Amino acid sequence: MCLGIPGKVIEIKGNIAVVDFGGVKKEAIISLLEDVKVGEYVIVHAGYAIEKLRPEEAEETLKLFREIEKYF
Amino acid sequence: MEIIKEFRDKKITSKLVKKIKEIAPKDKVIKIMHVCGTHENTISRFGLRSLLPKTVDLIAGPGCPVCICPARDIDEIIYLSKQKDVVITTYGDMVKTPATETSLWEARTQGANVVIVYGAHDAIRYAEKHKDKKVVFFSVGFETTAPGIASEIINGLPSNFYVYSSHRLVPPAMDALLSSGEIMIDGIIAPGHVSTIIGAKPYEIFPKKYKLPVVVSGFEPLDVLFSVFLILRQIKEQDPRVENEYTRAVTYEGNKKAQEILYKAFEPVDAAWRGLGVIPKSGLELREEFDEHNARKAFEIKLEKPSLDIAPGCSCNKIMLGQIKPIECPMFGKVCTPKRPYGPCMVSDEGTCRIWYKYRDVLGN
Repeated sequence: MCLGIPGKVIEIKGNIAVVDFGGVKKEAIISLLEDVKVGEYVIVHAGYAIEKLRPEEAEETLKLFREIEKYF
Repeated sequence: MEIIKEFRDKKITSKLVKKIKEIAPKDKVIKIMHVCGTHENTISRFGLRSLLPKTVDLIAGPGCPVCICPARDIDEIIYLSKQKDVVITTYGDMVKTPATETSLWEARTQGANVVIVYGAHDAIRYAEKHKDKKVVFFSVGFETTAPGIASEIINGLPSNFYVYSSHRLVPPAMDALLSSGEIMIDGIIAPGHVSTIIGAKPYEIFPKKYKLPVVVSGFEPLDVLFSVFLILRQIKEQDPRVENEYTRAVTYEGNKKAQEILYKAFEPVDAAWRGLGVIPKSGLELREEFDEHNARKAFEIKLEKPSLDIAPGCSCNKIMLGQIKPIECPMFGKVCTPKRPYGPCMVSDEGTCRIWYKYRDVLGN
């Protein structure tokens, strides 16, 4: 129930987006988000997109992981 | 989402584990609590506990909304489900959760009308198709699920649709449980998806009031391990603060639009957590202007006897507080299994006992 799943927006019809979850396509309501665009990633939770996923931030986090040896 | 693979990279994992071993104290056990079933799932599925030094103990807290939903609420829903023309719609997990005497699913044999839905929107569609029925949506979950139903409430609901809210809020509950001393920990891994809505900001109270490090974490194995590392680093530096590891989804302020929608429909109220008692301002109830759609107000509910959260012999309340581990419960895997759950923690995919049972081969239980 509480599982949030990331997917890519491939179509927008008003308040509903078609989201591609690695091949499985499902509709999600996007009324909780501002200005969702086709091509963006969202986290879907019980049928509602709750936040956008920012790939550039994911890259930044991975960079931190890769540099772990530098810490302490 | 090719990038996700990198969040499971074996080489980085071993480097990270090495760093954790270096920074972890040698003579004192550090207890780190997470408050999310999905985090427990990652930790158990990938066997993360086995990678950590003995002095780092990862504990599951009250992070499963199905588990903490009080028996009274389920009993009331079962009562409603047997009323003429009433249909209960809710998530699959809620249906199977045992309440005082039975679960909603078992109550079907006594005439309960129950329909499983994926979310609030599906429940509304069901109500629109069944105008001759009074459709009650048993709405549970933390800050993640509440904005969805809130958006439906403020956009207008069908006249035959009612909401029974059992929503709960994570930060007030953690605050109360820490303050009462029921939870004794050294750091918090904050729930990533709850935080997409509320942001990292509400956790500031924990370093300030309890000197506890907090890291908002994502759900991949490297996210969790890195969050453990960050907490240990804060402890070593003696500088407890809120850090955000899950920046790809969580901001400091959170999803402001969702917050606005949430509080237009709901207001915080004192609320019971299963086996943990009433916690001030930790629940969400529909605002008065939506009374006609509030199931608690639209229907008269009469329970014949008091509800019972924790059945004799069940340890779910202690498990939800991280006081004992599922394998320390004499019923775990014996009397209590996913097929025949005795306590609420064995039902949902987010319940600690259910997860430990599912991954018992990985965990070596």
